[in-house]
Amino acid sequence: MSCESCKNELANELYAQLAKFIDELPEKRGALISVLHKAQSIFGYLPREVQIFVGKKLGVPVSQVYGVVSFYSFFTMIPKGKYPISVCLGTACYVRGADKVLDVFKRELGIEVGQTTADGKFSLDALRCVGACGLAPVVLVGEKVYGRIGTAEEVKKIIAEYQE
Amino acid sequence: MSKFTMHILVCGGTGCISSQSNEIVEQLKFHINAANMSEEVQVLKTGCFGFCEKGPVVKILPDNTFYVQVTPEDAEELVKEHIVKGRKVERLLYSDPTTEKKVSDSKHMDFYKKQMRVALRNCGFIDPDNIEEYIARDGYSALGQALSMTQQEVIDEVKKSGLRGRGGGGFPTGLKWEFAYKNEADQKYVVCNADEGDPGAFMDRSILEGDPHSVVEAMAICGYAIGATQGLVYIRAEYPLAIKRLEKAIKDAREYGLLGKNILGSDLEFDIEIKFGAGAFVCGEETALIHSMEGMRGEPTTKPPFPAASGYWAKPTNVNNVETFANIPVIFLKGADWFASIGTEKSKGTKVFALAGKINNVGLIEVPMGITLREVIYDIGGGIKDGKKFKSVQTGGPSGGCLTEKDLDTPIDFDNLIAKGSMMGSGGMIVMDEDDCMPAVAKFYLEFTEEESCGKCTPCRVGTKRLLEILEKITQGKGTMEDIDTLRELSHVIKDTALCGLGQTAPNPILSTLDIFYDEYVAHIKDKKCPAGQCNALLQYKITDKCIGCTACARVCPTNAISGAVKQKHLIDQEKCIKCGACMDKCKFAAIIKE
Repeated sequence: MSCESCKNELANELYAQLAKFIDELPEKRGALISVLHKAQSIFGYLPREVQIFVGKKLGVPVSQVYGVVSFYSFFTMIPKGKYPISVCLGTACYVRGADKVLDVFKRELGIEVGQTTADGKFSLDALRCVGACGLAPVVLVGEKVYGRIGTAEEVKKIIAEYQE
Repeated sequence: MSKFTMHILVCGGTGCISSQSNEIVEQLKFHINAANMSEEVQVLKTGCFGFCEKGPVVKILPDNTFYVQVTPEDAEELVKEHIVKGRKVERLLYSDPTTEKKVSDSKHMDFYKKQMRVALRNCGFIDPDNIEEYIARDGYSALGQALSMTQQEVIDEVKKSGLRGRGGGGFPTGLKWEFAYKNEADQKYVVCNADEGDPGAFMDRSILEGDPHSVVEAMAICGYAIGATQGLVYIRAEYPLAIKRLEKAIKDAREYGLLGKNILGSDLEFDIEIKFGAGAFVCGEETALIHSMEGMRGEPTTKPPFPAASGYWAKPTNVNNVETFANIPVIFLKGADWFASIGTEKSKGTKVFALAGKINNVGLIEVPMGITLREVIYDIGGGIKDGKKFKSVQTGGPSGGCLTEKDLDTPIDFDNLIAKGSMMGSGGMIVMDEDDCMPAVAKFYLEFTEEESCGKCTPCRVGTKRLLEILEKITQGKGTMEDIDTLRELSHVIKDTALCGLGQTAPNPILSTLDIFYDEYVAHIKDKKCPAGQCNALLQYKITDKCIGCTACARVCPTNAISGAVKQKHLIDQEKCIKCGACMDKCKFAAIIKE
């Protein structure tokens, strides 16, 4: 079996998973956002093809699907890195220097907010308040929370933890 | 059923879980088992204790011993010493920052002394995943009581309590219920707004994580009062733990006959569904929230029609925030008169604040309305971090404003805060010290509103962008005095013409800081100086004579801007310097300064 067909098979399976979720919805009216949440959890992001699929399946114009995807910050059309890094820019973190922490991440990874490194390892995002304000400034890698990140050295240490 | 004589409560809020409270629970259980005491001692994971600064927090009942910054490795000692031998573990007790004495129980901690817990009454006391613990603390008896009253009587009770919406608007809750009640329709909805978008506020999340049943019960009461059979909770997808606990609470309530058909043997039918938000601040606005629940872009529409007349799927809909709902059962349990006896003339009850920023005791607090800022910041908050000078406290988040030294003795309530140019908002309270630059803080909030503007109306979409550009100019030292006039004028135009609350309040952080910290703006414009030393563009890193030439800074500099021979004073090339501060962090001799 060629690698291309493996990929297709995998993709088909993911689409089938999504189709099943949509078919089992008790009510399709107003379900677009929950379907997109599901789709993003299956595919990791929401590429054009997935948006078209969702639109057809729900009987909603693709323009409306795109309108919703681009409106909400939780939805992404770019694949995230293997280790998604989020720097909290809530006010509590900001006054304790989170903007400077974010700058160090940008510099160390060589990417801007919303981008993914070329090797697909890290992506960088800013988010607003995870509610762990007692630990400000806070950085998340995946779901792991790192608190009280103050210096460039500590940022480098976090990145190093995920470098193989 | 086992008869526990001791309870070990471990904080299971997001903050404490981030610092390993799950592992602490496991370790405690392991050592309790090892000591053969699992029949007498119960280990519980509760909701947030509020004292996030010193998390993870472990509290032992009945003696209220309060241990702070506990690690999983401490579990063995806690069990062997405190539980088995009855000796408190001194080193883990909280020490009072002023007297430096160890405080053995939470009742004697300044942090808790002035607090009054109504909305948070169960947070940190019960296991949120166990409906029986909620019921044991009078849970669902308010619902039973409401069902014995007429719908109008229930509404009148809420009106009499004087409860006002805790999400920011401060609209009288009972009145809102009455509007929805009086609008007749075949279907009505009760919506709980749990889309806590204000950066730096986390009270709603803590309530849902620590006491989800209080919200479920209150929504059922509201459903009965206005005649709705369907409830919806609109919650941020970024709150996975709160979602999990809420889902469990709804499921358990159904099993106990507290949701569904014939609730408590009556004719009442009511059920709750969870709807996920997807990260848009504007969805905190009622009409935007409703559109988002319908699966659309969360854009607001003009009011009227108000949701009470035409809301979710164009049916009468009552929207209240989490904290508002959490207050409802207490009003029925203790009476509207009791509730109305707390607080000031026009603001009744308590308010939960998320106290954060440059303050010693970061955390979640609940205080009676009418308490002064001084009491909150110095008594409960323990004063300013690192002995710095208090500068300002920001309330109301991106829609609010700043209060300063002169406002410290003003009683906090809805109307006083507005009179002082700020607002209650959802309850974020960010404390700032002398190192915070106010034009930069205004810029921070405008970056937020500009990004979160939904783009539907021009004043907000374009206006916030222009405001932000001017603030960027000023903080980079390129501003002119005319810019200040433009800021003011544009701010007023946006306030008058924007479609919804987001736009109408977006200029507030600018107007407030311009009024109070005008000199700081002038310093940035005329002297090209940032008095607080925050605005990078106006600062230069310099190496002083303290430099011994260790070369550490030169090695860490990402742009090779530092030169100098070993054991000789180094020099920073200002052309190459990107002002990242790495050198200053690295220097062990405090030889690098910024000015």
